[in-house]
Amino acid sequence: MKDQIDFMTQSVTSGKMTRREFMGKTAALGISAAVAGSLFARAVEAAGPVKGGTLKLGSIGGGSTDSLDPAVAASQVPYHNLNQFGETLVNVTENGTIENRLAESVEASADAKTWTFKIRKGVEFHNGKALTAEDVMRTMERHSNEDSKSGALGIMRGIEGMKVDGDNFIVELGTANADLPYLMADYHLMIQPNGGFDNPAEGVGTGAYMLVADEPGVRHAYKKNPNYWDDTRGHVDEVEIVVINDATARMAALQSGQVHIANRVEPKVAGLLDRAPNLTVHSTAGPGHYVFIMHCDTAPFDNNELRLALKYAINRQEMVDKVLRGYGSVGNDMPINSAYPLFDDSIPQRPFDPAKAAEHYKKSGHDGSPIILRVSDVAFPGALDAAQLFQQSANAAGIPLELKREPGDGYWSEVWNAQPFCASYWGGRPVQDQMYSTAYLSTADWNDTRFKREDFDALLLQARGELDEAKRKALYSQMGMLVRDNGGLICPMFNDFIDATSNKVQGWISDPTGDVMSGKWSHKCWLA
Amino acid sequence: MHPVLKLVSQRLALGLILLIAASVLIFMGTLILPGDVAQSILGQSATPEALANLREELGLNEPAVLRYFDWLFGALQGDLGTALTNGQDIATSIGRRLGNTLFLAFWAAVISVPLAIFLGLLAVRYRDRWPDKLISAVTLASISIPEFLIGYLLIYFVAVQMGWFSSVAMINESMSLLEKLNAIALPVAVLTLVVLAHMMRMTRAAILNVMQSAYIETAELKGLSTFNVIARHAFPNAIAPIVNVVMLNLAYLVVGVVVIEVVFVYPGMGQYLVDHVSKRDVPVVQACGLIFAAVYIVLNMIADIVAILSNPRLRHPK
Repeated sequence: MKDQIDFMTQSVTSGKMTRREFMGKTAALGISAAVAGSLFARAVEAAGPVKGGTLKLGSIGGGSTDSLDPAVAASQVPYHNLNQFGETLVNVTENGTIENRLAESVEASADAKTWTFKIRKGVEFHNGKALTAEDVMRTMERHSNEDSKSGALGIMRGIEGMKVDGDNFIVELGTANADLPYLMADYHLMIQPNGGFDNPAEGVGTGAYMLVADEPGVRHAYKKNPNYWDDTRGHVDEVEIVVINDATARMAALQSGQVHIANRVEPKVAGLLDRAPNLTVHSTAGPGHYVFIMHCDTAPFDNNELRLALKYAINRQEMVDKVLRGYGSVGNDMPINSAYPLFDDSIPQRPFDPAKAAEHYKKSGHDGSPIILRVSDVAFPGALDAAQLFQQSANAAGIPLELKREPGDGYWSEVWNAQPFCASYWGGRPVQDQMYSTAYLSTADWNDTRFKREDFDALLLQARGELDEAKRKALYSQMGMLVRDNGGLICPMFNDFIDATSNKVQGWISDPTGDVMSGKWSHKCWLA
Repeated sequence: MHPVLKLVSQRLALGLILLIAASVLIFMGTLILPGDVAQSILGQSATPEALANLREELGLNEPAVLRYFDWLFGALQGDLGTALTNGQDIATSIGRRLGNTLFLAFWAAVISVPLAIFLGLLAVRYRDRWPDKLISAVTLASISIPEFLIGYLLIYFVAVQMGWFSSVAMINESMSLLEKLNAIALPVAVLTLVVLAHMMRMTRAAILNVMQSAYIETAELKGLSTFNVIARHAFPNAIAPIVNVVMLNLAYLVVGVVVIEVVFVYPGMGQYLVDHVSKRDVPVVQACGLIFAAVYIVLNMIADIVAILSNPRLRHPK
């Protein structure tokens, strides 16, 4: 029988047999559909990428207000648009390592304060202009200058000087930062001709695909860039991003074959969808986490005993099971999990312990008045359900938790980062330094837990300049413990990225660093 | 002045006043939305500096009255400004979106209006017999089911299971008319089901009302067939209330279909407005509000004018 299977996989590999024929013949041999499916996939994989076709993504997170300006991209559709036409100096790979893209090489000085990016030669922008180190510097300037409204402004702050030296782009830092390449991989920092100063939203970059149609909130179409420098990427001729914000409509579009990939599959339908014969559900553990945040400087949450009481009163496993339906993992009241390179997995997991919660609550001396938790489903999908579970387990421990349902409209301006206790969501960052610098450093703009500790800040700065990985890991472990035991973050769960693809899509890679293969679906996938 | 002319011009003037009042209300309404556009554009990534820079750039620091008159005079000249969020020209974007909305509304109206009137006439003709009861039952059932549910049911059975039509009614300029019609088949079906009952019941009620008049009795006594009595004597006298309900439903087809647009991913005005409301993109919200108000006011005005014109007592004054 093995010979027959070998023969058939060869036929598939050489394109002589279709999936339907293959499945029929293997069924005749008594092989189950699941095994045959994976055999087929392996055969197709071995044949290598097929060129051509139109690959379509149905994506949440688009609106008619979207712009192609990389500086203001904040949701999924703009993010995927950037990844079509644009490229960064370096990329974070699915293993968390750095991969050179527009930079041919990256070198740090011994003190990690001066970084040299050698810019790749022979790369052309879509408008025909050749890429120079000058364009790179102008791009960085646009994201870091005083009038910038860029989402990358925060991460550009540590940069003290930039200069161009021939083909090299050189960055000088005030304090050492061993993670600088990770910052340069930020998706806002797509290199544009003249830094995008002329027209940032024209959609011109060096990427594998060139803009054909830009209809914000409806669709964005691209065609293959014939002069793309990396011929191992970009297999399809055309790419289309279709904006489908409604979850039911998105799944229907995938099922009826109008799109090949759909993102943000709801956990409650993922299992059902996976049973459809022509679809595959991909679940990837990532750094994104669903949280409840308390302001450490506002009563009653300025009392660490009360914070601990609430942390012990939450049943994390129940939330992962009921809200995420298992598509995720339990959190440990810190924003870091195993998706991060230097994660210390020996930090003990905080359990659900009503007795301990009651004990801490008693010690806190709280007057017994209701503790108000503000929540809306905008914070994260299932936030209301999660808050209700939290309320039940907290009340059982004698903690009077009360929910206040807030309108989704204006939630991010009126409630998040404004009210002392609310539900929220963090997408995570590629490295711990960036996550902690964004939200836990005393001076961070988005310090949404008002966590301000000098010892923590000192550790962060020390770790940032530390090039020895073992020492860094130990420092990050200490920082994690500080946040876990003293912080205002209650992190019950890390959510997986759940995407679904039609079986026509080949070459899928689980990439924990972002939505839909971290935006690289059109670079690496092909249509069988 | 001829009383008809006087009434019509009064009605036109009232329409204009209403439109200006609506523009004031729209402008005030957008001022009280929580949060502001700068905050919404930057979302979770808003730093105080970026916020201040953006507010300055968008001119959010000027007094409201000044901004109102600027806006009104601009709108009168067809200049709706540019969207704050992505800098696109509003008139151009709205043009495309409004075109799509009108396209969908047009086909829904072309099917539903004649069908509703025909069914209404049929129901009167077979009053209290089974065709009347069947028509009433079916249309009332369809109006009682939420429109998104009808949409999802159609998507599941017709698009996903049978694969006849596409579940995503996305149309674009490169499509032929036939392709477009194929794409919008399902939303048109849902819209037809949603507006049918209202128009059909009104037609039926209005004609039945007229049927009790003395001149209908005369017509019947003359020996005319029931259909003739209904179509030639009753229907023309029931035009005013029927036009009224038809206009109301046409207005709904233009301004009220946001749920359908979301379900079928249709690139119309509703979704465009919702996106910009949630981003606090005030100029776009104002422009959409103005257009929607104008559609309502104009359609209602047409209904009233038709009612005036079809009133024999006004047409033939003593």
